Amino acid sequence: MKYIDEFQDPDLARRLLDDIHSTVTRPWALMEVCGGQTHTIIRHGIDQLLPDQVELIHGPGCPVCVTPLEVIDKALEIASRPEVIFCSFGDMLRVPGTGRDLFQVRSEGGDVRVVYSPLDALRIAQQNPDREVVFFGIGFETTAPPNAMTVYQARRLGIQNFSLLVSHVRVPPAIEAIMQSPSCRVQAFLAAGHVCSVMGVSEYPGLAERFGVPIVVTGFEPLDILEGVRRTVRQLERGEHTVDNAYPRAVRPEGNPAAQAMLADVFEVTDRAWRGIGTIPGSGWRLSQRYREYDAEYRFSVTGIRTREPAECRSGEVLQGLLKPHECEAFGTLCTPRTPLGATMVSSEGACAAYYLYRRLDITTASLEANSVV
Amino acid sequence: MCLAVPGRVLDIEERDGTRMASVDFGGVVKEVCLEYLPDLQIGEYAIVHVGFALQRLDEESAKQTLELFSTLGMLQEEFGDPWELAAQAGGSPLPAAGIDTAQEAQK
Ligand code: SF4
Repeated sequence: MKYIDEFQDPDLARRLLDDIHSTVTRPWALMEVCGGQTHTIIRHGIDQLLPDQVELIHGPGCPVCVTPLEVIDKALEIASRPEVIFCSFGDMLRVPGTGRDLFQVRSEGGDVRVVYSPLDALRIAQQNPDREVVFFGIGFETTAPPNAMTVYQARRLGIQNFSLLVSHVRVPPAIEAIMQSPSCRVQAFLAAGHVCSVMGVSEYPGLAERFGVPIVVTGFEPLDILEGVRRTVRQLERGEHTVDNAYPRAVRPEGNPAAQAMLADVFEVTDRAWRGIGTIPGSGWRLSQRYREYDAEYRFSVTGIRTREPAECRSGEVLQGLLKPHECEAFGTLCTPRTPLGATMVSSEGACAAYYLYRRLDITTASLEANSVV
Repeated sequence: MCLAVPGRVLDIEERDGTRMASVDFGGVVKEVCLEYLPDLQIGEYAIVHVGFALQRLDEESAKQTLELFSTLGMLQEEFGDPWELAAQAGGSPLPAAGIDTAQEAQK
């Protein structure tokens, strides 16, 4: 239990762990959906504190990682135009497109700016009426409402030189796709807490019932994860499969109705390609017809883009929980956070990066298996 | 970007017809939109993601989370200079071009 003293409340952590250890009688595979949770799990060695029978499989919930290469390439092309100020969250800067990234576009003279909030991008548009300001709108259900509000505000304020390059993704269709895969081993889900803060839990009972999997809404701190695992394992051992909320301090069953209403106004559900995984039906949002003029893809015709994924990269399998990062041949050798081949290595929330960052001292790829650290 | 951080509302004002607040995240103050939690009051805590308050949080759990995040350096990751972080990660020099950035936009 070498990490446990770092827990905020080590005694509580120990009690939760004891409970999990005494409950488990058989092997179980749980998927944590959110990249933020993967990060916490690896950072605190939670996977090593759990009984051997409880396996945590890392899910596809890193928005930076799943943004399709084609969209990244479109972003790079738009950001290179002299009339454009391209605004993005900081964690998109190093995501490799075909051949380069936003960081390089800026080195080459592109006006790429990092914003904390999409509303900052809107303000830049107000301050620069002679430029075209494009915001890179990626993310799950937590990030989509802020971006939707920004487009709504742009229209309300009559700001014409603002548009959104949209690549939003939704969690429930991804869960469905994972469960339908013939090689799926996932028996339960730790659902992403902040996604549920916005959307509530109503999308999950149908999935839990249909696939016979417990879905436990889980937060992001170490103790939250342990509690999520504890409740999930209890259900599994009892043969139950219900939706349970282990993060009530931030998640109300109805979610945030104002945010949901704005999503329904500004966006419409669409099929969306996930980097490394492929197209998942109904798994994304795009701007609805009424807001089409704010869609950067329509404003700047970015077509004929040819994408090229590095052949060595197996991030698609990593994202679906079919492969652990260190099982990829390129892990830690060809592929590091400095020389990332795939987005799961470049994003700090990506599973490959989490393994690299927090296990760096314990492992080299050659000694991985020998030491069986992971 | 995925991180949603608890913060405390310091003051509230109407700007361009939008309800905005200054919110304190363990020492870093940012502007936050309250349109999705319109009845949030000064002194209350909320979970904030990319400049939007998304759900109320009680004071005790908010403080605990902030303390934990600051111990783990996660506030620095969220609010530090993103170009610096990206340059460090890539081992490359900071690109010189352009005026910046989030700070600039905050003005
Ligand atoms: S280690 Fe690198 S190359 Fe291998 S799957 Fe992860 S991102 Fe791709």
